[in-house]
Amino acid sequence: MTTGTNFSRKAAGTGALLALAAVLPLAITEPSQQNFLILILMGAQMGVAWNIVGGYAGQVSLGHAVFYGIGAYTSTMLLTTLGLTPWIGALVGGLLAALFALAMGWPCFRLKGHYFAMATIAVAEIMQILVTNSDFLEGAVGLYLPMDRSGWTWLIFLSKLPYYYVILGLLVLTVLVSWAIERSHIGYYFRAIKDEPEAARALGVSLTRYKLIALSVSAFLTAMGGSFYAQKEMFIDPGSVLATTISIKIALIAILGGVGRLMGPVLGAVILITIEEYSRTLFGSTGSGTDMIIYAAMIILVAVFSPSGVLGLLGDVHRHLGRHLPGAKPEAEKAEKMEVRP
Amino acid sequence: MNTAPLLAVDGLGKAFDGLIANRDISFIVHHGEIIGLIGPNGAGKTTLFNCLAGFHTPTTGRIAFEGHDITGSTPEAAAALGIARTFQIVRVFQSMTALENVMVGAMLRNKRVGEARDRAEEELAFVGLSHRADTPASDLTVSEQKRLEVARALATEPKLILLDEVMAGLNPTEVREASALVHRIHQRGIASIIVEHVMEGIMPIAHRMLVLDYGAKIADGTPAEIAENPAVIAAYLGE
Repeated sequence: MTTGTNFSRKAAGTGALLALAAVLPLAITEPSQQNFLILILMGAQMGVAWNIVGGYAGQVSLGHAVFYGIGAYTSTMLLTTLGLTPWIGALVGGLLAALFALAMGWPCFRLKGHYFAMATIAVAEIMQILVTNSDFLEGAVGLYLPMDRSGWTWLIFLSKLPYYYVILGLLVLTVLVSWAIERSHIGYYFRAIKDEPEAARALGVSLTRYKLIALSVSAFLTAMGGSFYAQKEMFIDPGSVLATTISIKIALIAILGGVGRLMGPVLGAVILITIEEYSRTLFGSTGSGTDMIIYAAMIILVAVFSPSGVLGLLGDVHRHLGRHLPGAKPEAEKAEKMEVRP
Repeated sequence: MNTAPLLAVDGLGKAFDGLIANRDISFIVHHGEIIGLIGPNGAGKTTLFNCLAGFHTPTTGRIAFEGHDITGSTPEAAAALGIARTFQIVRVFQSMTALENVMVGAMLRNKRVGEARDRAEEELAFVGLSHRADTPASDLTVSEQKRLEVARALATEPKLILLDEVMAGLNPTEVREASALVHRIHQRGIASIIVEHVMEGIMPIAHRMLVLDYGAKIADGTPAEIAENPAVIAAYLGE
């Protein structure tokens, strides 16, 4: 009963949020502001994708830029050399990233906790160096998308609005995949592996298999985000799609919002991208220095005040209020139930 | 009918960098039997459990389960064959409810979430935790968490369950309840090996007792025989 009510309430909330997201750019027509909204959706999409492996399965990757870069470079190379539409290019990029995830996960998942995170940083760094020195991929010069094409076939537009709806669609797809995983046995296994890996094994859960599933699904979706970045910016280089700062940003969005919660990264993206963009107008875009300072400050704040992110903090406040308001006890219990039972 | 014993351990030994935790242990467990595994601290009981459940690879010897050699198999393979276990220091999934914990166990045989939930509800009822189904596992008492681990292990539909000190720290009433639970597991046809220090909990229900000391088996017999065995008395009281 309670679960059913919570479920329909959640569905209604998600529906309202989606409707709001669909009409928002019709009210906000200024291109720079539409661009800001697109940046938030891009951040949310990568955060939700990261959350599958870093949140639910608890395998913190600090090398997700490698998947982002594979997506961006694959669709762009297929477009510039073979004239292939990025609709297919993004899928190919996603599959390549998933395969790469399987290959890198096999050795990396032998490491636990911080050591796994460090290995993922190393993989992403090596990839960045390799691409920077690759003549085939134009190295540090980067790749330009063809300027002479536009329209839905080529996913290149003169206005911001179509980009907005494309990334909104990709975010919805990413959330749906995440939601489906959360509700299936795979989601239960991910959480079991995160909580008590040895106990999970005793119940027949293969750690390697399910960690690889988590990483490859996450990689596929992250790569699609990378392809979108290339289409929107029409230029990519190792610094813009393979840098360690991107890996940190992806993880931070999810951690800030609340790991292992479906909509946590969406909230995280709204907060982080807003701060990032305002600081950029405040300090000027003279370098990536301010970004790193902001990321570091965010990590410290989350670690000290709310390891379960802003969503976790809101849940605590809600419960706290519930306990102190007379007659509000059932509400507090509901809130608790909603968290532990997705 | 399968004539092979459920579990046959032959000359099992386990050494960690020169420290010998198990040496030349042999014994047999039949279908549905209740075996008590006792011995002083450091006798190698938990190491033996870890070898049986696939968490350690034995240094020497063989383990056969229903006639199949499972020496050095993985924990997930052992679970799939029908060997379930609990942990001495409880390892419940803290972020899940009691019911969800048991569902993870049930998913070994049935990946459908709804059906795993039904199965989990049955096992929670079996250990008497139905009223705590929606409670976060981290909010349960230690005694409840131990029963939760039993329910979670039973949900994997094992033929053999390894219970590691499920009675430790319980009051006399709870010990009697735990003994009754072990007996009901036996009535379902599931064999159990029980590591236990609480003698009044294990002696009345065990069909047979194995005694380990310094990694080796020093006695194997009925509880009455064990209680009078000079080697066992010496191991516990010193000479």
